[in-house]
Amino acid sequence: MSDNYLQPGLPQPAMREGLDLPYWAAAREEKLVCQQCQDCQHWQWGPEFICFRCHSHDVAFKEIAATGTIYSFERVWHPVHPALKEQGAYLVVLVELPQCDSARMVGNLLGDPHQEVEIGAEVRGVFEHHDDGEPPYTLVQWEVV
Amino acid sequence: MQRTLKGKVVVAGVGETPYYKRGEAPDAEFDLALKAILAACENAGISPREVDGFSSFSNDRNDASHLAAALGIDYLRFANMQWGGGGGGGSGAIANAAAAIATGTAECVVVFRSLAQGQFGRFGQGPKIPQVSGDGALTLPYGLMSPAQSFAMKVKRFMYENGVEQSALRALSLASYHHAQSNPRAVMYGRPLDEKKYDESRWIVEPFHLYDCCLENDGAAAIVLVSAERAKDFDHKPCYLLSAASGSHHRAGASAHNAPLYATSGFPDLAPHLYEMAGVTPSDVDVLQCYENFTGGVLMSMVEHGFCEPDECNEFFIKENLIAEGGKLPTNTSGGNLAECYMHGLGLNIEAVRQIWGESTSQIADPNVSMVVSGPMVTPVSSCIFGSENTL
Repeated sequence: MSDNYLQPGLPQPAMREGLDLPYWAAAREEKLVCQQCQDCQHWQWGPEFICFRCHSHDVAFKEIAATGTIYSFERVWHPVHPALKEQGAYLVVLVELPQCDSARMVGNLLGDPHQEVEIGAEVRGVFEHHDDGEPPYTLVQWEVV
Repeated sequence: MQRTLKGKVVVAGVGETPYYKRGEAPDAEFDLALKAILAACENAGISPREVDGFSSFSNDRNDASHLAAALGIDYLRFANMQWGGGGGGGSGAIANAAAAIATGTAECVVVFRSLAQGQFGRFGQGPKIPQVSGDGALTLPYGLMSPAQSFAMKVKRFMYENGVEQSALRALSLASYHHAQSNPRAVMYGRPLDEKKYDESRWIVEPFHLYDCCLENDGAAAIVLVSAERAKDFDHKPCYLLSAASGSHHRAGASAHNAPLYATSGFPDLAPHLYEMAGVTPSDVDVLQCYENFTGGVLMSMVEHGFCEPDECNEFFIKENLIAEGGKLPTNTSGGNLAECYMHGLGLNIEAVRQIWGESTSQIADPNVSMVVSGPMVTPVSSCIFGSENTL
């Protein structure tokens, strides 16, 4: 029985290359980062090559507080991947980050999958390590404060 | 110079293969495309060799040049693919074809979509890959992977913001299944749905029950478009294109669910252009075909096209308002994607034409304005409006 929220076997982050690599590297060190334009100082998510506001290429991953609010959520019942055949219901949550120009991040909401979920509730990030991943990786999950 | 598609193009003919459950088509996908195109040409009463353009969407696998070769077309003048997945490009493909005809780039364009999921795999499943980078890495490891899962949080947020109840989604499903019972082509013909059966059906992902989700089917559909100068050359009464529009709102394609306007089906920017080109208002629309990937998308689309205020959904979305027999706005009169067939929505465009022609299995009395909404919640989305001769 895995300690992780979802059963093993889902696609995992590649951790090799690409725009999202610094995010995954930071998560391994239990740091949550978001992309910030170093020219206009605005935040954006997911990662892009340029700032969508000022078109600067000087965008960097900066550490942020792993706190936010639930913007929306869903309780999934029907498995669409073999790894989830025995999973049962699970919660996906969309977390809004007020400290990052209201950028949003996707994760799972830890705890009872049948819990009543309140949009607007405060949540904090939980670093879920998958040390047996190939290569090892860390997901940023969320729990209600 | 007035720039418009209004009245420039007519529908010459429509065609479909039989609609099959997913994976059960006896023919190859390319052959399904050929059969639908040949049927549409026969319906129009024109030779397939007259076709000089193809327009499709959603990365249809059936290449225009290969179709032209198989059909022995002399000169292929227009080969067009609308970007974007799902059914968001259905009416967009009609817009592109109509633009080609209106500008003299082509004379006779077939809009088509062909799907054989047995041959090429299903939509409603997550990708079975060990690793993912980029956008997918931000969602797939959390079990957020199918279309239903990708859209449920938008609908949940819309329902939260506007106090929409589950019964509003249910009404859309009941209407589609109601109309399918009159349509022998429908996959769900002879399989009616009532409130109890809906309520007791399993959750796929909240807020979608099984019956809130579209079918997955094999088959093909095609529509032949020509210049309005030829409107009187066909057996059907003229069905004009009044307008067609496609597009995406600000950062609709931002990854990891970051579109600033999130609780939307994607039509707030598009709808005003659609109505302006057609010269009609929502109250002029006699009958609507509104793409059901999931009922929540239909609901948001109808709000965003001006048929209902966001805070009036619970009163507006009742079955009685949506059915052909006396409904305020008869919707999805063939059974649509929920109960007729999921042909990435092109069947909805065909049904809209049939309403103008007077050939629907749930026919409205003398409709003049017949509208289609394609692919809510994907990006880009599209819509189009067909009209009778009275609307010009």
